[in-house]
Amino acid sequence: MSKQNILNFVVTIIIAAILSQFLPWWHVMVAGFVAALFFSLKKAAVFFVPFLAICCFWTVYAFMMSSGNDFTLAKKIAVLLPLGGNPYVLILVTGLVGGFAAGVAAVFGKNLGDLVRK
Amino acid sequence: MKYIKLILTFVITIVVFYALNTKLGSVPPIGKFLDPAGGVWQNDTNEVIDGNVNIKGLSAPVTIHYDEQLIPHIFAQNDLDLFKAQGYITAKHRLWQMEFQTHAAAGRISEIIGASALDYDRSERRRGMGFGADMTLAKMEEDPEAIQFLEAYRDGVNSYIESLNAKTFPVEYKLLDYKPEPWTTKKTALLLMYMTKMLAGGDDDLEYTNLLRKFGKDRFDLLFPDFYDITDPIIPKDTDWSFIDVEQSKTPLGELPLDTISQTIEKPNPDNGSNNWAVSGAKSATGNPILANDPHLGLKLPSIWFVMQLSTPEYNSMGATLPGALGIISGFNNHIAWGETNATRDVLDWYKVEFKDETRTQYKYDNDWKNTSVRVEEIKVKGAASVIDSVIYTHHGPVTYDHNFMSDNEKSGYAMKWIGHIGGNNQRTLIDLNKAKNYDDYVEALKDWTAPAQNFVFASTEGDIAIWIQGLFPNKWEGQGKFLLDGSNPEHDWQSFIPQEFNAHTKNPERGFVSSANQHPVDENYPFYVFNDGYETYRNRVINDYFNSKDKFSVDDFKALHNNNYNLKAAELLPYMFETMDVSALTSEEKEIYNQIKSWDFNNDIEKLGPSIWSKWYTKLYNLTWDEFENDDEALTSPYNYQTIYLMTTHPENEFMDIVETSKKETAQDLFLLAFKEAATDLIAWKAKNGDYNWQAYKGTRVGHLLRELPAFSRFNLPIGGDRSIVNATSATHGPSWRMIVEMSSPPKAFGIYPGGQSGNPGSTYYDNFIDDWAIGKYHELNFMQNTTATDQIMATQTLTPSN
Repeated sequence: MSKQNILNFVVTIIIAAILSQFLPWWHVMVAGFVAALFFSLKKAAVFFVPFLAICCFWTVYAFMMSSGNDFTLAKKIAVLLPLGGNPYVLILVTGLVGGFAAGVAAVFGKNLGDLVRK
Repeated sequence: MKYIKLILTFVITIVVFYALNTKLGSVPPIGKFLDPAGGVWQNDTNEVIDGNVNIKGLSAPVTIHYDEQLIPHIFAQNDLDLFKAQGYITAKHRLWQMEFQTHAAAGRISEIIGASALDYDRSERRRGMGFGADMTLAKMEEDPEAIQFLEAYRDGVNSYIESLNAKTFPVEYKLLDYKPEPWTTKKTALLLMYMTKMLAGGDDDLEYTNLLRKFGKDRFDLLFPDFYDITDPIIPKDTDWSFIDVEQSKTPLGELPLDTISQTIEKPNPDNGSNNWAVSGAKSATGNPILANDPHLGLKLPSIWFVMQLSTPEYNSMGATLPGALGIISGFNNHIAWGETNATRDVLDWYKVEFKDETRTQYKYDNDWKNTSVRVEEIKVKGAASVIDSVIYTHHGPVTYDHNFMSDNEKSGYAMKWIGHIGGNNQRTLIDLNKAKNYDDYVEALKDWTAPAQNFVFASTEGDIAIWIQGLFPNKWEGQGKFLLDGSNPEHDWQSFIPQEFNAHTKNPERGFVSSANQHPVDENYPFYVFNDGYETYRNRVINDYFNSKDKFSVDDFKALHNNNYNLKAAELLPYMFETMDVSALTSEEKEIYNQIKSWDFNNDIEKLGPSIWSKWYTKLYNLTWDEFENDDEALTSPYNYQTIYLMTTHPENEFMDIVETSKKETAQDLFLLAFKEAATDLIAWKAKNGDYNWQAYKGTRVGHLLRELPAFSRFNLPIGGDRSIVNATSATHGPSWRMIVEMSSPPKAFGIYPGGQSGNPGSTYYDNFIDDWAIGKYHELNFMQNTTATDQIMATQTLTPSN
């Protein structure tokens, strides 16, 4: 893993963590976008590094919110969506959704950044 | 190329944003919903019940102790602070439900879930629910103190709503992607209308009209008698009515309009009912009167009830509240206990209205034309344009059925006259009951209660027991309102009301107990017109027999009676069926099932097979008997169970027993066999698919979430017996929604439980934690605190402090 990848990964999480306290769910899209503007990555990493970053951020965050409460609500939401009532699957889906949104925004950020830098 | 990539990725970003930010069908906006920082994960927690909260407009601090059941015990310095705190605390635990139920009452569900609720919303508007709420509020405005209390409650609810943000909204708002609106005093009026509709919003006038035309008066009277051959009324039969000096209205001459009506609006669940009873000190094992109440309503989560203690230096009350209304509804204070069952009475009538022309601005009345008015009903629909379905009003009430709704004649319609539209200050009754100290206070408190009429049971530490059947009742002429009435004839209008002091009641009757279970309020000797309005005929007899069976009763006897599963209906028909049915044609498989039910003891206990076989057999039998009533072209209703069984056992060769479709002329005995064979086939199929048909599995009692029984937020297959028409009135989705027993010691000792939990949050452990104990018939002792000093049973204390 290149230094640039690690830097992007860390910065994406930091921006997302800060913005999550002020912005609605799309803080992850802003984080992916902004990090990509300043820490330009190559090829598949453009999408997958922010994807992984936010996936980690959201799964850990969701786990922390829910584990202290024995996943009481998570189990029910995992029936509702429906994910077989398994709260861990819900946590994973949460990470994938957040990661996907961040990755997509990052690809856009990267393209815009390239254009500005030229 | 770079620009194309840029635009392309930009568009994809926008699409992804939109897709994750928008509710698509029943799928919540998935990005927003799953966001751990703001979505549903934020709700995966128990409620915060300690610390200080600043509340605007309080005059002094309010202390709230929570016991281990999450029951709040509110100690305030005065009424205004108390009701403000009640509003705040109720909203804190039940906000979504409070708003949803009042939206449902107002016909505003389409606003939340979209066009699929439009038919429901239209029928609520055409029922005049909003109109009734306006009238209720207007009536309450005559009582400035009550309005002040309503406003205090409103401000309390709104203090809680203002403390919320998108992250902290209850789960259901996130799921449906909307947000709470401010609470208003009208919403309390709407909640009272919601209860009025549930408990006094039923009638069969139009169905009866179709039946009268179809079968003629003699056969109609055989099927639907005003009184059954047995009655065990709420007010004992030997009551002396000679103090009543007002006469029943005179019956006018003239014809009833015998129209054909094809379709009618949805009726409330006929199982909505309740039990209550009290024994006097002389009949009580401890010498203190004991009182019990269990209202039978739809089993829902969050529960319709929320238990609280409400206390000021002047009084101290505890029991079940209705989120949205002030005070305790079914409960007790240091001096008295009270509880309600529904006092069904025909307080909803239909009038045929003839308009002058298609503009419908005038209608015929008393040989003249009278002006109509219009109430504009705009129904907002989520994700679509609003629908306007304005309703025309006459002096009777809203013209519910017209060519825009379930009818096709442009120059006539059917107007509804309903007690729910008259408006009453029910809130005053509830507030005063909370403070009442004795029988006289209780009687005084009841006077304002208008609808839904209730059987208010009463017991006091002074040793009195009583029951009043309280509501505003029209003084009807013989037969008035049983069928469609003529809206142009002033003699068909409600002529007057029964003076309140002549409402049926009994205080300290000789038999030493009072009870009600939705049966006939009185027998034929009561000097006003009362006819069978779907009265219960089984629970009441089991209850009264029980209290006549021995001399002394204890709290444990009361618990046993709440959980009594004796099926009197089955016990009154099955022996006759066993005796008269020809079983020689049964196959060996059918014979096995026959032997199973033959050995049944008529108790609907969870492990037994008999109740399942009975349930299936009787349903088949009922449908075969009343095959004459299956008709898509006109609205009909088939006879009640008591009369059905009466006819089978006393008129087994009556022509109604014949199955119209077949050339053979069937008797009741033929139907028993046919129904049994059909039932056996179904039961064998059921067993192949689901296993043993024991009563628990076969009945499948569940407590469903208010929002279309979302399985994720509901509870299924509960181990509870009983059924409709049984004292333990638990059917699949309906039953004892609150069970309370109070012994009138000083201070009173009380037990209570309901099928739910104090929290409305599905993420809380208190969301459904009472259900298991409720199902097995257990009770929780209610911690009736005598002062504000916290004991070791208090798990947390919160203080509401005044802020500027």
